[in-house]
Amino acid sequence: MAHEEIDKVTGVSTTGHEWDGIKELNNPLPRWWLWVFYATIVFAVGYVFVYPAVPLVSSYTQGLLGHSQRASALAEAEAGRAARNEVGQNLASSSLEDIKNDPKMLEFAMAQGRAAFGDNCAPCHGSGATGSKGYPNLQDDDWLWGGTLEDIEHTITVGIRSTSPDTRMNDMPRFGADGLLDAKQIRNVAGYVLSLSGNSVKGADVEAGKQIFAENCTSCHGEDAKGIQELGAPNLTDKIWLYGGDEASVIYTVTNAHRGVMPTWAGKLDPVTIKSLAIYVHDLGGGT
Amino acid sequence: MSLMQKHVVFERNSIVLLIGILIVVAIGGLVEIVPLFYLKSTIETVTGMRPYSPLELAGRNIFIREGCYLCHSQMIRPMRDEIERYGHFSLAAESQYDHPFQWGSKRTGPDLARVGGKYSDDWHVAHLVDPRSVVPASVMPAYPFLKETPLKAALIADDMKTLRLQGVPYTDEDIANAEADLKAQVNPDGMTEGLVARYPKTVVRDFDGNPNKLTEMDALVAYLQMLGTLVDFSTYDDKANLR
Repeated sequence: MAHEEIDKVTGVSTTGHEWDGIKELNNPLPRWWLWVFYATIVFAVGYVFVYPAVPLVSSYTQGLLGHSQRASALAEAEAGRAARNEVGQNLASSSLEDIKNDPKMLEFAMAQGRAAFGDNCAPCHGSGATGSKGYPNLQDDDWLWGGTLEDIEHTITVGIRSTSPDTRMNDMPRFGADGLLDAKQIRNVAGYVLSLSGNSVKGADVEAGKQIFAENCTSCHGEDAKGIQELGAPNLTDKIWLYGGDEASVIYTVTNAHRGVMPTWAGKLDPVTIKSLAIYVHDLGGGT
Repeated sequence: MSLMQKHVVFERNSIVLLIGILIVVAIGGLVEIVPLFYLKSTIETVTGMRPYSPLELAGRNIFIREGCYLCHSQMIRPMRDEIERYGHFSLAAESQYDHPFQWGSKRTGPDLARVGGKYSDDWHVAHLVDPRSVVPASVMPAYPFLKETPLKAALIADDMKTLRLQGVPYTDEDIANAEADLKAQVNPDGMTEGLVARYPKTVVRDFDGNPNKLTEMDALVAYLQMLGTLVDFSTYDDKANLR
């Protein structure tokens, strides 16, 4: 060690190092800083005993509090479910009708349904449930697979063309792409379909189209073209179009068909949430 | 010379200091890292996890290439609000075949750890081509070129060999069939028995809506649609893996 050297100006000892004639004063650390440092050491010792800390051979010290973030998250989630069950009372065991008629359960189901809709349904159906091309508007009174409470609950549960074995499913033939109808026939039938809602297709023979419709389309869309909900076949006489109601869109649909997919929510959402969603969606534009 | 003054040895000799630092850091590293390899709570036992199928792996490569992880995490934290929104918190076992993992650290967009099956393929394609077309308030960039870019299927076997070096249990059979399996997964009319036997729960579909072309969109959507779908949480025992 170098000899202790006292700086003449300040009277403080130096560290004994010298860089190009510059020496460093060996001032003591500030007291407050030093005490905070000691306090952190004491805190760390306490922490080791209170919280999980030291790894052992096949486990680790659990700490006096037995804290586990996973366990507390599961407990909190469980407590949340329990609180919901308490407030929502017997949502699980009540029928959708009963929930609808009980103001307390209805209020709960609407709130839960709204939250679940925002998380799970809004990306496709829109945050206002107004849908977009290929994703049905849930606000209107036009329902592909039925708009009763039970129908909506079933659709949410099994989905449409989903991976569920019970999925709702239909297959509109690709009349043009698979050569079932030629371009002129498609134009004619599109003209007939659009005439039902007061529109027309240029150069289409509506009478011929009506004949083609009767031969090819009525088994699903019905003789009056108002659709058959058990088959998920849309009503073609209104002005609500899932894939566009202009000439080009309808011709495209008859030619190539559309096979939209809605996922199954069974397993992803619990049955009570699905019930709440059914109530919420039904409230938006439910009917028949 | 007191004990404290022995420190001078380290201060005056850089090699001794370096060795001293290495020893101290190694102790810290061993105590913090080594237990993660044997503590039961960090290596849960789950059933259902398998390595990525070749098509999913190709999609994962695109996910990484496009930097999706910069805005999307794949890590549901153990907190009630995350469990309510995204589902069961992520398990370490669910990332066991991820090299590198895609946990992410920032969520400009939502977490994707369990996005599989949540939306339709059509939705994913529309959303990747133009996010605003389905989510008007979205700030996500558009990736329309994925739908046009052919997927480079021939390289996937090399990828799998590399991952095997990192410990992913791809068999020789998996690697020999890699390219065929990749193509089989987008062809629901073809032979898929081998693919499904090698990669259980694999979904075979034409993912991008264009059966005539194998595109990067096929791979990315296949990857997104399998995220979080392998572990069946209705049979997973939380209590057994809580320690």
